Amino acid sequence: MSNNMKTVAVLGAVSAAVAANAAPAFADGEQEKCFGVALAGQNDCAAGPGTTCAGTSTVDYQGNAWKLVPAGTCETMEITDASDGEKRMGSLEALERDLPAS
Amino acid sequence: MRDVQHDNSLPIGAGVGYKPQHFAALTDDPGSVSWLEIHAENFMGDGGRPLAQLRHLAERFPISVHGVGLSIGGEERLDPEHLARLKKLTDWLNPAMFSEHLAWSTHDGAFLNDLLPLPYTAETLSRVTAHIDQLQDHLGRKMLLENPSSYLAFVGSTWSEPDFLREIARRTGCGLLLDVNNVFVSATNLEFDPRAYIDAYPLDLVEEFHLAGHDEDADELGRKLLIDSHGRPVDEPVWTLFDHVIARAGARPALVEWDNDVPEWDVLEAEAARATQHMKPALAAAVSA
Amino acid sequence: MNDSVTFSSTGDVTVTQTAFRKALLDPQQDVPEGLTNPDGQHADKRFSVYRNNVAHGLSEAMLTGFPVLAKLVGDEFFREMAKVYLRIHPPASPLMMHYGAALPGFLESFPGTLHLKYLPDVARLELALRRAYHAADALPIDPTLLTRLDQPALMRARLHMSPACEVLITKWPAKAIWDYNMKDGPQPTGGAENILISRVGFDPVAERLPQGGAPFVRSLIKGRSFGTALGLATADTPDFDLTETLSVLIATHAITGADKPD
Repeated sequence: MSNNMKTVAVLGAVSAAVAANAAPAFADGEQEKCFGVALAGQNDCAAGPGTTCAGTSTVDYQGNAWKLVPAGTCETMEITDASDGEKRMGSLEALERDLPAS
Repeated sequence: MRDVQHDNSLPIGAGVGYKPQHFAALTDDPGSVSWLEIHAENFMGDGGRPLAQLRHLAERFPISVHGVGLSIGGEERLDPEHLARLKKLTDWLNPAMFSEHLAWSTHDGAFLNDLLPLPYTAETLSRVTAHIDQLQDHLGRKMLLENPSSYLAFVGSTWSEPDFLREIARRTGCGLLLDVNNVFVSATNLEFDPRAYIDAYPLDLVEEFHLAGHDEDADELGRKLLIDSHGRPVDEPVWTLFDHVIARAGARPALVEWDNDVPEWDVLEAEAARATQHMKPALAAAVSA
Repeated sequence: MNDSVTFSSTGDVTVTQTAFRKALLDPQQDVPEGLTNPDGQHADKRFSVYRNNVAHGLSEAMLTGFPVLAKLVGDEFFREMAKVYLRIHPPASPLMMHYGAALPGFLESFPGTLHLKYLPDVARLELALRRAYHAADALPIDPTLLTRLDQPALMRARLHMSPACEVLITKWPAKAIWDYNMKDGPQPTGGAENILISRVGFDPVAERLPQGGAPFVRSLIKGRSFGTALGLATADTPDFDLTETLSVLIATHAITGADKPD
């Protein structure tokens, strides 16, 4: 690539990118009004729901954690592993195969 | 004792704990709500929508900053980074009030995200007063200390809670925040008379009230155990206790807290209106006096 | 329960915060002595109110902070996993807005999620979006300013990047997985992604960058000149798509200014 071509390509790329994006505009105050996604836990000074088992259940890393089975949208997704090309489903079959020997 | 000046103050009326989902309603028509309380830690980011909303609201409402993570009762020193964040927030906002809890939440590198209880002993007293002295000096402003909700007691306690709070206030010059629901919750759980607690409380030092809803649970013997859940309307007996407080202390800025299962704006506003209603006789008496 | 045991049978009633904290996070630990019910009995079940508050409060904060992970594995599984996580990684700071930073590493070895190898990348993306949400404010550059520079000036220019701006290189299509779960996007396909995280107004955004986009943007964030960044990108990817990369940066308000080269 000659210097001249590179010049044209770079400036052209900048112009094309700028042309594709009109200058942004927000009405003042509009942005604050949106509730949006809080995206994070909030600090508050309230207590949880009493003595329920969240605090006293004894799921632990080495013990019975593996008995839990994910049950969400992972079951409906099928993703190809880039490293080994093998299709991996978030399914129960896959879970059993991957269970630790314990 | 500190000599503290306020260049703004909370109105003697009802406020609510700020929730982002109520932003539009608040800027539209706040109804009976005349001030807002925010939890300091939720506004310690560098920018973005939370701080923009707060900037907007602070132009319209007096703001009370309520800390929930300072661990004033902690055995360890106050976290200098957290103190710096808090000072940055209060310097920027210049709020009408700052308050924190008689509790601890951080120990040995872990923030436990709960207001944990303290034994009322000479040792706790000197630790808490040292921390409040440090905090008030650092922020350059007076703070209010809030009475906790209790689920259990310490065998080692040698002070009653009202006397303990009075002594902390005497030594540090801090004011007090009286959470009426917390008194009712603790009184039920620890089986004391909530009115006797109020009668023993240094009401002349109280500059703000809190009201909130609680949940009901039971301990292993089936005894009623109230949980300070902030997830429902203020319970009727708490309103009755509030009337007792007002009869003795008069009206103060009164906050309705609702942190779990946060309702539609109208429901929260109605709770604030009710708090205002309960204080009306005292407000009228204060005006005519 | 130890209903028959009262504390009068023991000497020391001091409850240290070390003992309290240990029992809070580990339900197998005995409740510290020195804590009592109104009748003077040891406060066993009442202590579990505090245990529950800590576990519930932190796992709910995690659930709010990782909405896509929670959808992927289901709320029930997520909460149980969070309870394991919070005992290993309790928050190091009182700012719940940043809680969960160690989750990507945790997911790489948590037995229940070993087969879902893409979860750590999704966790990284969700953490980055959260950082962007709370990042300092900055106004985007008027992009036409870029077209007013001639070639030498452009190459020497240093672009100012938004405090919300960062780049993730993932092994898995984390952005496609995010879209599938949050925007009803198509079935996620493909593998590695270069993802730009930024903020438009107050809303965090994530967009895929073309190959070479990651080294390009990362060197801009480090304050390198446009020319240096371009050199790194083309060394990495000879057919680096500058137009597409700049288009993403402009659309996501990632560029906030430019130093005049002289």
